[in-house]
Amino acid sequence: MDFTIILQAGIASGTVLLFATIGELFSERAGVLNLGVEGMMLIGAMSAFSTTIATGNPWLGVLVAMFFAGLISQIHAFIVITLQADQVVSGLSLTFLGAGISLVLGEGLSKAGTVSLLPSFSIPLLTLIPIIGKIFFTNQSVLVYVGYLLVPLAWYYINHTRPGLHLRAVGEYPSAADALGINVFRMRYFYVFIGGMLAGLAGATISLAVSPGWFSELTTGGQGWIAIGLVIFAQWDPIRAAFGAYAFGALRRLILDIQGPLVLFGFNNPFYYNPYLGFFLQMLPYLFTVIVLVIGSREAMRKRIGAPAALGNPYIRGERGK
Amino acid sequence: MTESTAVQKKRASFRIRIEPRLSEPPKWYPVAVSFGAIIVALILGGVLISFAGGDPIRSYQHIAKASFGDTGVLSDTIVKATPIILAALACSVAFRMKLWNIGAEGQFIMGAFGASAIVLAPVLPAGTSRWIFIPVMMVAGMAAGAIWGFIPGYLKAKFNVNEIISTLMLNYVAVAWVNFWIFGVWTEGGFQMSPKFPNEAWLPRLLEFAKTFPALRGLTTHLGLVIGIVAAIILWFIIFRSRWGYEIRLIGDNPHAAKYAGINITRNVIWVMMLSGALAGLGGMSEVSGVVHRLQTAPIAAGYGFTGIIVAWLAKLNPLVIIVASILFGALILAGREIQPSGVPKMIQGIILVCLIASDFLLRYRIVLDRGEE
Repeated sequence: MDFTIILQAGIASGTVLLFATIGELFSERAGVLNLGVEGMMLIGAMSAFSTTIATGNPWLGVLVAMFFAGLISQIHAFIVITLQADQVVSGLSLTFLGAGISLVLGEGLSKAGTVSLLPSFSIPLLTLIPIIGKIFFTNQSVLVYVGYLLVPLAWYYINHTRPGLHLRAVGEYPSAADALGINVFRMRYFYVFIGGMLAGLAGATISLAVSPGWFSELTTGGQGWIAIGLVIFAQWDPIRAAFGAYAFGALRRLILDIQGPLVLFGFNNPFYYNPYLGFFLQMLPYLFTVIVLVIGSREAMRKRIGAPAALGNPYIRGERGK
Repeated sequence: MTESTAVQKKRASFRIRIEPRLSEPPKWYPVAVSFGAIIVALILGGVLISFAGGDPIRSYQHIAKASFGDTGVLSDTIVKATPIILAALACSVAFRMKLWNIGAEGQFIMGAFGASAIVLAPVLPAGTSRWIFIPVMMVAGMAAGAIWGFIPGYLKAKFNVNEIISTLMLNYVAVAWVNFWIFGVWTEGGFQMSPKFPNEAWLPRLLEFAKTFPALRGLTTHLGLVIGIVAAIILWFIIFRSRWGYEIRLIGDNPHAAKYAGINITRNVIWVMMLSGALAGLGGMSEVSGVVHRLQTAPIAAGYGFTGIIVAWLAKLNPLVIIVASILFGALILAGREIQPSGVPKMIQGIILVCLIASDFLLRYRIVLDRGEE
């Protein structure tokens, strides 16, 4: 087994989680927990794939996916920001809704065959760096490079710009932000929309780049939920989110690739000769998410850092306390 | 609640004012709001069905006929409702404490696994009396589900791990776990399913009494319905008539007050998650022993745990209302198998949940019309 090839594919697969995680991170930084990531990703994957079939243009597919997923995120925004309902239940219902709508509108798409995908290319010069060049900069989809740009941009935006400061204020102390003239409601709507668009982009990354096609609910296979777990592990920091997302991407690839070869480290590969052992490999990403959550939660307890203070609470003007 | 908020909208000659409700609304009001939400959801669902190229009115007629048309399909509806009752009870008790157990699906699957292990391991040999077989399977199913609930409960209590994510992740683990056993150990001829259970491990069904009561011929309603109803009644007494239920409700409504009252929240988190898991596990036992009669992933992991979330919410977490709501959703799922496109039932469930949550607004706020002022 060539580990650089596995890692190379792992980066591509981690890009899906990266977009979804950064999107959720923006939404949570503004104080809105959106558990609908899985549903928005399905909407994104379905609409990207079906637009590309209809028009032959994968770029248009990406745009439609981002728009449609952003649009559906506004249902959640309306319910929790304007109607002040419980964010947990509303986010769950968004997952149901997204899955249902994408199943209905995606009916028959699985037999649609091949479509033109987003281009992949290598970055000249950077490919020459030993190992790293091969893993990060050789023959990757254009969206992978978008991911590389997104991480530092998101970090800089949140920590070092004025709108980023407003974003943090809205998530930490909305009534103070309101007193300063920041429109808390509008900001929250906006960042939920950003989160939805990035989840849609994550879905499009699956159906147009990483594992092309539409396989109903199996298209995302719980990655939206892993992304929500990663936000907690990342402690709401984009750089840590990137490490987590790429590590999980590599793990997903490793699980697929480890079952292929006849010989593993000089031994007969047990996963090749006993395919049913593969089910234990399938558990790993989900078990790892739980382990990562335990680590993240313990660290947060020790360092006394935690979620944005207003996460999960509706902002009601004039109500005391918050 | 504070004095009336200043949310105002200008309309032609009258104004709509939204203000917080200061007094409890009358008893019929929440029921009416829920019904209204369902009707709005069905209309929205119809719009989307026609978008996808279907005929909404015929789809709904079809749902009604295919689920309540005659005693045969009514019995099938009840069979579908049975696992939902238990899954929804499982969700309701956890939600009551604001513990978001999204893992009823996984606990349900593990319950089915635990009950099946009694037959397949085998713990009890084939030929053992039904009177022993079924209670042992029930206990095993509840225990397996409770273990699956204990894990996230313990992690929540000790390390403050978010139970939404951990319960959800354990759903996927449960599916892979069962797949391993039915593919690697208990396979029937290389297929991903176990051999069929002996008759002693089947829950009694109505059709068994067709010799004495011919009207029951072909009806597959099984004892699981009784188990579900009894469980609902017991849970109602626990929640509303016991000290433990009072603690659960107090923690859910006001965790700070509960803490100052000396209630041990850590211990309650773990116990409630185990109770929730045990109820879902009992649902899995009822499904595997009452309907499927063998361990197989597809019909067991069919999303009953997720439907349970919606039903629990629709029933406002009341165990007795859950029975009625489950039958409605059983009908939706039963009829959904024949509707094209096949995602329709899932989509309608999603829309109903969205509308229900949005309608909660009407319980907390009043909408007042002021005429003639401008």
